[in-house]
Amino acid sequence: MSPVLAPIAPASAGPVITEAAFALCLVLLLLAPLAIAGVALINTGLGRSRSAAQALLGNLAIVAVAAIVFALVGATFTGLADGAGHTFHLAGKPWNWLGTGPWLLGGLGTWGAQSQLALLFEFLAVALAALVPWGSGADRLRLTAGCAIGAVLAAIVFPLLAHWVWAGGWLAQLGVNFSLGSGFLDPGGAASIHVLGGLSALAVVWIAGSRKGKFPKEGFSTALPGHNAVYILFGCLLALVGWLAFNVAGALLWLHAPLSALAGTALGTLLAASGALAATFTVTRIRFGKPDASLCANGWLAGLVASNGCAALVTPVQALFIGVIAGIATPLLVEVLELAVSVDDPSGAISVHATGGLLGLVAAGIFSPQTGQLVAQLVGIATLFGVILPFVYLLFWVLNRFVPFRVDPDGERIGMDLHELGGGAYPEFVIHRDESYR
Amino acid sequence: MKYAGLLVLPAGFFLSIAAIVLYAAPGPRAAFVLCGLAVEGLGLVVAVRGHMEARGEDN
Repeated sequence: MSPVLAPIAPASAGPVITEAAFALCLVLLLLAPLAIAGVALINTGLGRSRSAAQALLGNLAIVAVAAIVFALVGATFTGLADGAGHTFHLAGKPWNWLGTGPWLLGGLGTWGAQSQLALLFEFLAVALAALVPWGSGADRLRLTAGCAIGAVLAAIVFPLLAHWVWAGGWLAQLGVNFSLGSGFLDPGGAASIHVLGGLSALAVVWIAGSRKGKFPKEGFSTALPGHNAVYILFGCLLALVGWLAFNVAGALLWLHAPLSALAGTALGTLLAASGALAATFTVTRIRFGKPDASLCANGWLAGLVASNGCAALVTPVQALFIGVIAGIATPLLVEVLELAVSVDDPSGAISVHATGGLLGLVAAGIFSPQTGQLVAQLVGIATLFGVILPFVYLLFWVLNRFVPFRVDPDGERIGMDLHELGGGAYPEFVIHRDESYR
Repeated sequence: MKYAGLLVLPAGFFLSIAAIVLYAAPGPRAAFVLCGLAVEGLGLVVAVRGHMEARGEDN
């Protein structure tokens, strides 16, 4: 059950996937949508009851839009796993920056097994990445805006990043071109799914602003707790299955891990989440006197996200340690973002997905025995903050001019369900007047 | 302030890229990549501060 510690060949140079590995990978990818289901439930539970139906419908709609747009546009720019793409030369090195896959998934049946599985992985990854900012914009983000955000991510941003990381792009080639370990490694999608999603969430929160009454001009911020802890916690359990699938399938696809390494990857995933939950449970118990259910859920998810970056590359005990760090950091960061820097992030996506993902990526470099792997991971992180965050912010800023993100004040007052859908998720509930509007 | 911070972020990225292109030795390369990340950190702090200044306007 040792992790994949030997130098790793880029996917384009890897061996042809065996029939057994193909079958296993396909089964795992069919389980991966449970991660999407889990995140959707968590997003819904952490919002308010008067926006629950809109939140869950939004999750479904965003998955659908992201899949359609990725099929029509994004998959072409992501490119195939063989690494073909647009390249420019700088300092005597090739910089492969954009994929050149077939349009509209043409000739899919003739693609190699590796490319077909990689495509399926990318479809699921883009759907999950697009859901993350929706949770942060809960209770004020319009349904059309959520879909437009998902479309932009699926058409432009995710394909760029996925090509750079998974399809033989310049980040994947850092090892070949600059002797930086095996190049930037992201086997489970910590960067391409979660840091991308978390940074997109930050951009959405900045552009859409906070919920009405969240940050009064004077005094502390107002607590607007999630409406259904059962959704949140059951979502965490569902997410575990999906995360196990993503991590093990990612190890097979992107690292060409031997079958003997897969149980270790799965164990690392479980232990990272477990360590994170135990740490968050302890921190919130010390901090508030009792464990906080929603923060514990965030901690669990942060552990899973951290495992995306490193579970296939570290031992299970190291994964446990990384999970504990994620579990300690998450509740503290949620508090800092809300109380110190006035970021209204109802789902905690920025703390969970961005920070958890970064932690996993750094850990993959720290625990790697290969020279230069940590620097490769740091260059990848510098790309996420230096290119992806400003680019996403610019795209969303322009998008907001055409498709306003924020619902009008009346819609926010009566709730997104009544305003956008004409009916509530819980019609038997009495909707009370919001005290913050006095 | 927010936009100034967001403009500083790519500067940190280019510093990191310059480090791996210009330096072959692991020490200086790692140091300059870390410098690039530090610049990005500063940019992020400025952007976050810019957001904080808007507090209360939407509320």
